[in-house]
Amino acid sequence: MTFDALLPMLLTVITAATPLLLASIGELVTEKSGVLNLGVEGMMLAGAVIGFATTVGTGSAFLGIVAAGIAGMVMAFAFGVLTLTLMANQVATGLALTIFGIGLSSLIGASYVGVPVEKLAKIEIPGLSAIPVLGPLLFDHDPLVYLSVAITVAVAWFMKRTRGGLILRAVGESDLSAHSIGYDVIKVRYMAVLFGGFTSGLAGAYLSLSYTPMWVEGMTAGRGWIALALVAFASWRPWRVFGGAYIFGGVTILQLYLQGAGGIGIPAQVMNMLPYLATIIVLTVISAGPWRGRLDAPACLGKPFRPAS
Amino acid sequence: MEPVEEVVKQHPRLELRGITKSFPGVKANSDVSFKVQPGEIHALLGENGAGKSTLVKQIYGILKPDAGDISWDGREVDVPSPHAARALGIGMVFQHFSLFEAMTVLENVALGMDDPGSDRAALAARIRLVSDSYGLPLDPAREVHTLSVGERQRIEIVRCLLQSPRLLVMDEPTSVLTPQEVNRLFETLRKLSAEGCSILYISHKLNEIKELCDHATILRGGKVVAECTPAEETARSMAQLMIGAEFRSVARREAVENTGPLRLELKTLSMAPEVAHGVPLKSINLALKAGEILGIAGVAGNGQGDLLAAIAGERRAVDAGAVMIDGKPVGKLGPAGRRKLGLCTVPEERNGHGAVPDMSLTDNAMLSGHKRMGFLKGGFLDTAKARSFAAEVIKRFDVRTPGTETTAGSLSGGNLQKFIVGREILQKPEILVVAQPTWGVDAAAAATIQQALVDLAATGSAILVISQDLDELLTLSDRIAVINAGSLSEAMPTATVSVEEIGLLMGGIHGTPEKGAA
Amino acid sequence: MALKIEARRQISTRMLYLTPFIAVGATVVAGFFLFLALGVDPLDSLYYFFVSPVETLNGLAELGVKAAPLIMIAVGLALGYRANIWNIGAEGQLTVGAVCGGAVALAFWNDEGIYILPLMAFAGILGGAAYAAIPAFLKTRFNVNEILTSLMLTYVATLFLAVLVFGPLKDPEGYNFPQSRMFSDSAILPIILEETRLHLGFLVALAIAVAGWVLLSRSIIGFQIRTLGSAPAAARYAGFDRTRLTWFCLLLTGGLAGLAGTFEVAGPIGQLVPNISPGYGFTAIIVAFLGRLHPLGIIASGFLMALSYLGGENAQITVGLPQAVTGVFQGLLLFFLLASDFLVRYRVRSVKPLAEGV
Repeated sequence: MTFDALLPMLLTVITAATPLLLASIGELVTEKSGVLNLGVEGMMLAGAVIGFATTVGTGSAFLGIVAAGIAGMVMAFAFGVLTLTLMANQVATGLALTIFGIGLSSLIGASYVGVPVEKLAKIEIPGLSAIPVLGPLLFDHDPLVYLSVAITVAVAWFMKRTRGGLILRAVGESDLSAHSIGYDVIKVRYMAVLFGGFTSGLAGAYLSLSYTPMWVEGMTAGRGWIALALVAFASWRPWRVFGGAYIFGGVTILQLYLQGAGGIGIPAQVMNMLPYLATIIVLTVISAGPWRGRLDAPACLGKPFRPAS
Repeated sequence: MEPVEEVVKQHPRLELRGITKSFPGVKANSDVSFKVQPGEIHALLGENGAGKSTLVKQIYGILKPDAGDISWDGREVDVPSPHAARALGIGMVFQHFSLFEAMTVLENVALGMDDPGSDRAALAARIRLVSDSYGLPLDPAREVHTLSVGERQRIEIVRCLLQSPRLLVMDEPTSVLTPQEVNRLFETLRKLSAEGCSILYISHKLNEIKELCDHATILRGGKVVAECTPAEETARSMAQLMIGAEFRSVARREAVENTGPLRLELKTLSMAPEVAHGVPLKSINLALKAGEILGIAGVAGNGQGDLLAAIAGERRAVDAGAVMIDGKPVGKLGPAGRRKLGLCTVPEERNGHGAVPDMSLTDNAMLSGHKRMGFLKGGFLDTAKARSFAAEVIKRFDVRTPGTETTAGSLSGGNLQKFIVGREILQKPEILVVAQPTWGVDAAAAATIQQALVDLAATGSAILVISQDLDELLTLSDRIAVINAGSLSEAMPTATVSVEEIGLLMGGIHGTPEKGAA
Repeated sequence: MALKIEARRQISTRMLYLTPFIAVGATVVAGFFLFLALGVDPLDSLYYFFVSPVETLNGLAELGVKAAPLIMIAVGLALGYRANIWNIGAEGQLTVGAVCGGAVALAFWNDEGIYILPLMAFAGILGGAAYAAIPAFLKTRFNVNEILTSLMLTYVATLFLAVLVFGPLKDPEGYNFPQSRMFSDSAILPIILEETRLHLGFLVALAIAVAGWVLLSRSIIGFQIRTLGSAPAAARYAGFDRTRLTWFCLLLTGGLAGLAGTFEVAGPIGQLVPNISPGYGFTAIIVAFLGRLHPLGIIASGFLMALSYLGGENAQITVGLPQAVTGVFQGLLLFFLLASDFLVRYRVRSVKPLAEGV
């Protein structure tokens, strides 16, 4: 297969990976602070529909993206209030967020079904995108793709090299110790949760504005859950999340191409199962595997913060 | 240890006046006042539950007083946060360390400082310098979970020292140290005191306070009941002040002449640790006879938890013969099966392990007794039976509670411990294994529990006590063994063994191990 | 005047019973504003949503039809949740159960006999349980989080059903529509209320709720479940086998969901189609929480959730609201319940500020 034939496939891997990357990197930050937010699917849908509606309404994709991020943050804020201030069970609240997000997005999106929108414009980087081979592959994408990589870089640097990242990790490791030293555990967690909401909203916007530029009910199709699995798969490390997102992007595209390639006699629906089955296999492998990434899980993950004072 | 002579009359470094703090249902501190002079080593003495920790949290800005004020160097101050406390020059070494296990020493120190600077290498160098010069060497690159408890405490102390404290607060610092480590700590504290740093030393250990401290304030039930100079008091007189009632100590055991048959045996018991960086059990041998009390001493984190789990059956042994009850191999048997054979246990953690905090005392009686005491009818719960059993436990062990239906979590530490120990004792076990029987328990309850153990042994039960409190073990046990890094020493008769020897064994053979010394 | 949050020394039983009502009330109020925002008459809409569906006998029967699967599944879920075992894949287990039960029905599509329904039910239970065995195995053997595995399997199950209905199980006389043959009369659940669709499954659901309650509160297994969820270390101390309890809870939920699925296709639907359930498996999660994870409370909350389905359908017809309103209400209800849960464990006190400059 020549590169020209390979290129479209690689490009679609990037487009499939980007929403997963955006959602996962935000959830990674959230989980590193010790909070398990299962509502990623709901936040993505909220972002998708709000982003879409705003773009259609204002004609500006930029405003749409911003609105999507904010929508994700609003949902995340609700989650934060329930789990951080009211100390509700994180698993149940995350599920509530998902169910609510699915319903709300269907409701808002009802009048936008079938409405056309322009696909997000690509940004060509002058000069670089003319490089043969690498040019079109790396430097000819829409802004959200670039943003996803930029956010990954920023999160990795933040976690390892800054005091803020140190404090975030400490809060996720031992909230009681951090509290004794005087750090505001709740505030740190709120910020982490909001960041997660922001990127999940962006991920949703990518789906409705670029991936399949239209609104369809439930268009995330479980990607939010796959993003959650990715964070664990990556042992809570930003660059591994990147790798994982691209591997999953690859799997998704693989099944599309196998279907399109005249089918191997396997019904389309079975091919559609691939990403979900892959997720299960991946989860099993990392949980059972010798490297037991468990030690990298933030020790306080999912536990509510209840200071004795 | 003379207080630093001052030419000019100085203000006290720290003064508390009328500090009061309440929580729902309890007044933790009531009108507490005392002074600490510059360079003074001041003890805050009181038994568990007297309000020491609460008081200190207010000094460090974690809690706000309901009433009263705090003065620093003669000026009234507010301490709204630990950050503010550190800015004043107050450093705190916590009883339950405020450390982050998965992170390095360097990161832990940086987190405990308000302005560590961005130069990591410089901070690492400072850590090495300060830790060495105070005799508490540390390697900045080590991850905390690989360090021993004594070494972890060093991080807490060095972290404070790097910020040039003028008052160092130490909350029960020696409960996790070997006798040798305690001496080293005292040297460090004396050095600090000579340099002008005041020390507020919180403890309930009278001998240490006599050895180390210049003055003592004694708390009981949240109030200041006395002030004294430890050098002029005896341990007994301070204990009297601390407890209030006639100091009732459990009589030291007479060497038991005729112990009965072999009840519990551990034969080369080895077990991998349960958590990733825990301590493995290494070929443990133990023989416990009816009617005797065997004590296992050791600093926290040397495998006690895994040992108890292995004996109780919460973790199964690889080899069924590694654990024998009355000659029967039970290594593969679970807790319920072992209970049926007469083995009952009291784990270290009350709430969450020995009892379910959200369940009633009746249900908690059901928890451990359902098989052995027959609280089941078919597959169904005989709640009435469990309830009357719980009521009996409450009566016989003086558990202060409104009734059998109150939740375990709402009981005070001492009362819950009395309930749990009583629950096991009233099941008339042939073998009873208890871990940390009086940890965090007020003196009256502790005496009740210890006496109950002694009485149980007198009826012919075999008792194993795992404890960090050496004094307790010396009082209760006939023989004593030491656990260190997962290995168990020979059991030695309590009457003839020396504290020195035990201390050495607690710290590993031939003195304190210099793990990871810089 | 400042507000102070205090932990209660014991959870407030009064609040425990009161909070579901608070949550419902809050949801109704929120609904009011939601309808306003959607541009419809709020009071009318509330009426069409909550009241008019149950004004007729037929309406009440429909309530029972929708409540039955919800109650059945939620009882199983509640037992699991009490033990901290989070089965989120009830929807998938329902689907697989329906497929198995439906397959039996189709195998006997031309036959009659009283044995067919019980056989279908049995197949449905087995199918659902077998499907739930996958996350159970992965959790107990490999410590894989059951939330993600059960959820992924839901998507797989729905696709699996589609494969069957578009392929091997398609009705040969069905003009190529993606649906199976209609089941024979013996494979349809008997109606227990004339002129309605209320079928036997409803009574079975009620019986299951009662049995679940007895199991949870009176039996040793129920005690083990409650202990495991409340204090896992204490459960181990007592000798309760975590592995066995995990299998038990997951197989139970799976079986009940599978049974519910079979009843759906043997009841209101009467055949296999790509879309068996309007999300019962997920709504049952809300039913379980709203019922305070208590089987008897679940009967009440099952009815309430069924009402939200009927209300959504009704509002769609009468006022033209999109079906998605139901999902919004359900999500809101769960949110408010979780929020008001706070009052059970904590109390809010107003405190006078300390006198200045003491």
